[in-house]
Amino acid sequence: MKHTISVLLQNKPGVLSRVTGLFSGRGFNIESLSVAETLEPTISCLTLVTRGDEAIIEQITKQLHKLIDVIKVTDISDSEYVEREMVLIRVKAEAQTRAEVLRVIDIFRGKVVDVSPKSYAVEVTGSASKVQAIIDILKPIGIQEIVRTGTIAMARASKK
Amino acid sequence: MEKISGSQAIIRCLQEEGVKIIFGFPGGAVIDLFDALMDSDITNVLVRHEQGAVHAADGLARVTGEVGVALLTSGPGATNGVTAIATAYMDSIPMVILTGQVPTALIGNDAFQEVDIVGITRPCTKHNYLVKDAKDLVPTLREAFHIARTGRPGPVLVDLPKDIVAKMIDFPEKKPIRMQTYQPTYEPHPGQIEKACKQIIKAKNPVLYVGGGVILSNASEELTELARKLNIPVTMTLMGLGGFPGSDPLSMGMLGMHGSYTANMAVAHSDLLIAVGARFDDRVTGRLDAFAPHATIIHIDIDPTSISKNVKVDIPIVADCKHALNAMNTWFNTASDFNRDQVAASHEPWRATIDEWTKKHPMSYLDEGEIIKPQYVIEKLDELTHGDAIITTEVGQNQMWAAQFYKFNKPRQWATSGGLGTMGYGLPAAIGAKMAFPEKTVIDVAGDGSIQMNIQELATAKQYKCPVKIAILNNNYLGMVRQWQELFYNKRYAGTVMEVTPDFVLLAQAYGAVGLRATKKSEVEAVIKEALASNNTVIMDFVIAREECVFPMVPAGKATTEMLLV
Repeated sequence: MKHTISVLLQNKPGVLSRVTGLFSGRGFNIESLSVAETLEPTISCLTLVTRGDEAIIEQITKQLHKLIDVIKVTDISDSEYVEREMVLIRVKAEAQTRAEVLRVIDIFRGKVVDVSPKSYAVEVTGSASKVQAIIDILKPIGIQEIVRTGTIAMARASKK
Repeated sequence: MEKISGSQAIIRCLQEEGVKIIFGFPGGAVIDLFDALMDSDITNVLVRHEQGAVHAADGLARVTGEVGVALLTSGPGATNGVTAIATAYMDSIPMVILTGQVPTALIGNDAFQEVDIVGITRPCTKHNYLVKDAKDLVPTLREAFHIARTGRPGPVLVDLPKDIVAKMIDFPEKKPIRMQTYQPTYEPHPGQIEKACKQIIKAKNPVLYVGGGVILSNASEELTELARKLNIPVTMTLMGLGGFPGSDPLSMGMLGMHGSYTANMAVAHSDLLIAVGARFDDRVTGRLDAFAPHATIIHIDIDPTSISKNVKVDIPIVADCKHALNAMNTWFNTASDFNRDQVAASHEPWRATIDEWTKKHPMSYLDEGEIIKPQYVIEKLDELTHGDAIITTEVGQNQMWAAQFYKFNKPRQWATSGGLGTMGYGLPAAIGAKMAFPEKTVIDVAGDGSIQMNIQELATAKQYKCPVKIAILNNNYLGMVRQWQELFYNKRYAGTVMEVTPDFVLLAQAYGAVGLRATKKSEVEAVIKEALASNNTVIMDFVIAREECVFPMVPAGKATTEMLLV
């Protein structure tokens, strides 16, 4: 099963390599990984998407927690959460397809962020599945380049 | 405040931590540190190879329980230490390894003797540091010691650039260390303790399965109390030997691949397995689905990642073994709704079954007249040292025979590379142990193959008047691999025949040590006696039955009940 794990860690050189080294050394897989500073500049937040059965996910969270520089590990997919990913897509847009591309972008609530005579660069934000959906739709038209941020996620606040 | 140099500050930190002996090898990047050491009361042991330095510090750590310290130079000095660091990591040995590094301005420039040792050792240290600011030196060193000795212990490496240790700094006052991100759990959850104790009361066929965690947390007394109080048979892993007295009637010896028939049968038939500071290693479990198939499993470990890693655990207890066993003993001493003697007595039928297994297949070997059997050598070592020596080993058959036939009755008299299985461990580890306890007999049980991996440390032993005894079980083979080839590879002895082996007697003499040889069983005792009586370093070369195998043996991947016996 897919799990989204959020890790708070010390913002120090080499810490990311401890995390990725743990995954490669123990044969866990990383589907996506995204990391940046939090409000507190000495602490980073890392969001990681991985797959595995219950026992593997338990090992992953425990092993992450064991790293000295890791502050907190949360398996966000244990509860309600929102996830977002951003993608930048450079898609072919010539005379006969320009209107079609714009329509698709509009449907996905995307934005054109760069224009050239033969292409658009498009920004789309959403869940990983929405991002995948627009990629699938634009693919036949001709995707020239694509950059994804990987998923970031946040647990929903308690409703009470 | 008076300023001191970074290297002086580091040495002062070592003194503050109670370090008396460090093992090292100098180089350009650490001259400052060696220089500062000269003015201190710390004994600086010059080894002959950096691997030896780290193993020696490891040997010292295992027999004393203190943090072992090694000091290596940058580049090749550091990389030479890596095997020994990994050895300590696999066996959770508290160590601090200081490595020199090129000046900060040169880091990343492929400078002379530069290597990214922090990157290299990231997966084989508990934690590591590169100090890039002189004011961080002292706090980092203190944190390194704290991390090395607390929780599940392990080696911590601190990389020290040459310009940083040369800077003049203030020596900050020592304050208690509190780390936001590192707070090992020592105290067991009372609810889990109660659950475990109630399960123990219910059990008919309980087994205590004890690992190195009991040694590391100094929990032997608590364990022995629990086992004796409730009449529970005990088996130990390679790392756990000595955690419970080997000659106690409740001891079933070692379990696993070369464990006793009794121990493996008992685990297979147990209805409750109480794992204490053990990690269900593949050499212990054999085929996983056949390991303790009928047992409820209680697992005490300070490292949560060890729990349910290989085997699903029913009652996990994350705690220091000593604290957890203490809590269990207290529970049994104070709980009112059961009769302790009745519980102990209820295990008598189980004890009887176990005794039957021991009678059927005791730990034994075939005597072949004047041919020296390696097991006989170990028995004689045990007898002539009254089971009281510190034994270190190399890796392979020598290690298994030592584990099987020496009766370890106390913790910390046994140092062997369990997890990593590092040949070349025994001699430097013996030196470390002997430096820590000069009054004790220290014996390295070796093979003719593995002793050659760090034979150069004989010079270290001589230089520091460190009369360790080396018992080579010499069969002119890399015996353990040869055994596998005999049993599973149609006796094709690929790469295991030592066609050229030095004359160990002459070799010992070349180093100024004593060399003795026995080629007949009747000579064994005299050789050991002479070695023990000598105040010199001694090599005993026992020419043993060439193709003797270690039995019992559970072939890799088989169930532990599928043992090959003598």
